[in-house]
Amino acid sequence: MSEFKFSKQNKEKYNELLKKYPNKASLTLPLLWMVQYQEGWISEDAMIYIADKLGTSAMDIQSIASFYTMFNLKPVGKYNIQVCKTLSCKLCGSEKIRTHLQNRLGIKFGETTKDMKFTLSEVECLGACGEAPAMSLNDDYVGDLTVEKIDKILDEL
Amino acid sequence: MIVKIVSKNFDIENSHKLSVALKHDRYSSLKKLFAMSPDEVTNEVTKSGLRGKGGGGAPTGEKWKLMPKNHDKPSYLVVNADESEPGTFKDRQIMEYDPHLLIEGIINSSYAIGANSAYIYIRGEYVFWAKRLNEAIEEAYEAGYLGEKVAGYDYKLDIVVHRGAGAYICGEKSALLESLEGKRGHPRLKPQQKEPEWFFGGPTVVNNVETIASVPYIINNGYEAYRAYGTEQSPGTMLFGMSGHIENPGIYELPFGTRMKDVLEKIGGGVKGGKKLKALIPGGSSCHVLKAEEIEDITLDYESLRKHGSSLGTGGMIIMDEDTFMPEAMKNLFEFYHHESCGQCTPCREGCGWVDKILAKLLSGNGTKKDYDTIFDACEMLNGKTICVFAPSVAFIANSYITKFKDEFYSLCKKD
Ligand SMILES: Cc1cc2nc3c(=O)[nH]c(=O)nc-3n(C[C@H](O)[C@H](O)[C@H](O)COP(=O)(O)O)c2cc1C
Ligand code: SF4
Ligand code: FES
Repeated sequence: MSEFKFSKQNKEKYNELLKKYPNKASLTLPLLWMVQYQEGWISEDAMIYIADKLGTSAMDIQSIASFYTMFNLKPVGKYNIQVCKTLSCKLCGSEKIRTHLQNRLGIKFGETTKDMKFTLSEVECLGACGEAPAMSLNDDYVGDLTVEKIDKILDEL
Repeated sequence: MIVKIVSKNFDIENSHKLSVALKHDRYSSLKKLFAMSPDEVTNEVTKSGLRGKGGGGAPTGEKWKLMPKNHDKPSYLVVNADESEPGTFKDRQIMEYDPHLLIEGIINSSYAIGANSAYIYIRGEYVFWAKRLNEAIEEAYEAGYLGEKVAGYDYKLDIVVHRGAGAYICGEKSALLESLEGKRGHPRLKPQQKEPEWFFGGPTVVNNVETIASVPYIINNGYEAYRAYGTEQSPGTMLFGMSGHIENPGIYELPFGTRMKDVLEKIGGGVKGGKKLKALIPGGSSCHVLKAEEIEDITLDYESLRKHGSSLGTGGMIIMDEDTFMPEAMKNLFEFYHHESCGQCTPCREGCGWVDKILAKLLSGNGTKKDYDTIFDACEMLNGKTICVFAPSVAFIANSYITKFKDEFYSLCKKD
């Protein structure tokens, strides 16, 4: 048995989702998302909970969750910053943005600040190449980045 | 140059809201649609010559015809909104500015293939766009355009938005379906003969967002109206993108057959900062790179790009100016491919990483000419011995960069 439990809202959502797919195996990704929104990350305990709901093993869920880069298998900062490192952004000066972010936050890519406020990572093309260089800040996109724009955003957080 | 079929409502304020969408033709195809039989709809789409906009350009109607009649499992439409090919950001515009056009297209297409459920698989990062779709879908249910009786006709349809979670390979249709079935996104082995895709054993069509959004116009205006644009082999329009070193990056709907140079200059405003063009990737990073002098007589259609040794892909052009150092550009793409190989096939998993490492060595000044032979060997390994086309296309890309910009690449080698 796991310690983790869905919130009341998520329990209702789960029952709704069951009706929407021909097989409940399809719920794997949606349930992982629900856990991540509820807790900020996905613990082994939560994987046991999901496995229980879907009638599979926690190891299966672990193997699936680890395939997808957006699932946090360890806690992340309150603000999750993901900068695009792919070609269009690179051509438009993402290198400078990336260096600046690391310097300003005092962490390297893949790291979280000690106070758990910021996590910084590099990601592949976000589909925002028209506003390169681009990054995402939690669920939102920010494009046409400049050093000044980043400073302004971070100052306000 | 610009034609607005799919992008017609993009500039209208609040075009994503049902009340506004209804004033601008949305759902107007349904009357005609339900007066036709599903086969007639498929035939109309076949005659329009509509080709898939997800990168492959497969004829849409032909694909729909592969759906079996009276199969014992339900049929499905799955809309590919994974949009992860570097340089591609078009589907997102449809979902942002005209989600009801996509819903209308899904009604049209699902009816044609006999599906009562449709799934939109959207890349995990597109949180805003998934939300926007869900809001539009909710409005459509409330207004009776979805559910038990679509627009009062005897046809039932449900749409579910399903979020991915960061894996480029899930854009490949069989990997997408594996992912939708709750598994790791591993491409499936391809069948010998032509057949539909399968979702939990039910026959399934996978189509790109823009493909589906192109259908209502065809049903509303007839196949000839669609064919009035474009060329014989590439009928209609496409949402072309420009990014990288270009003055006016963005998405523009153009008829196929438009001259590439005109698009770059007249719409794109030319290379950024008045610099000279060095190279261009025509349709997402998986297309062969073109040198500036190669684009002179290229027109934006499948046949012209094929003739010039590349492909149209997703229509997302990446523009590189004279100061771009091509080995660095290639290294950047190989970091991408190395990261995104799903890891199922050894040649792909190892090969992409290998090429990436050798490029790093060359760029650090420690490489020799022999290293290029190793890259070409790795390419041979990548080409043709894998489950999906990811690996072979990576091999072709490597070849195109090194052979076209040979001097630059070999200038990296230590004198031996
Ligand atoms: C590696 C790889 C990635 C792909 N990514 C996408 C994608 O992000 N979006 C998309 O629509 N098609 C993508 N495709 C093409 C799909 O496999 C499929 O052909 C397409 O969705 C079919 O729809 P269409 O005929 O309407 O284009 C990809 C293919 C491959 C091999
Ligand atoms: S070729 Fe590469 S991406 Fe395609 S199935 Fe094999 S390992 Fe996965
Ligand atoms: S290359 Fe950065 S968003 Fe596409």
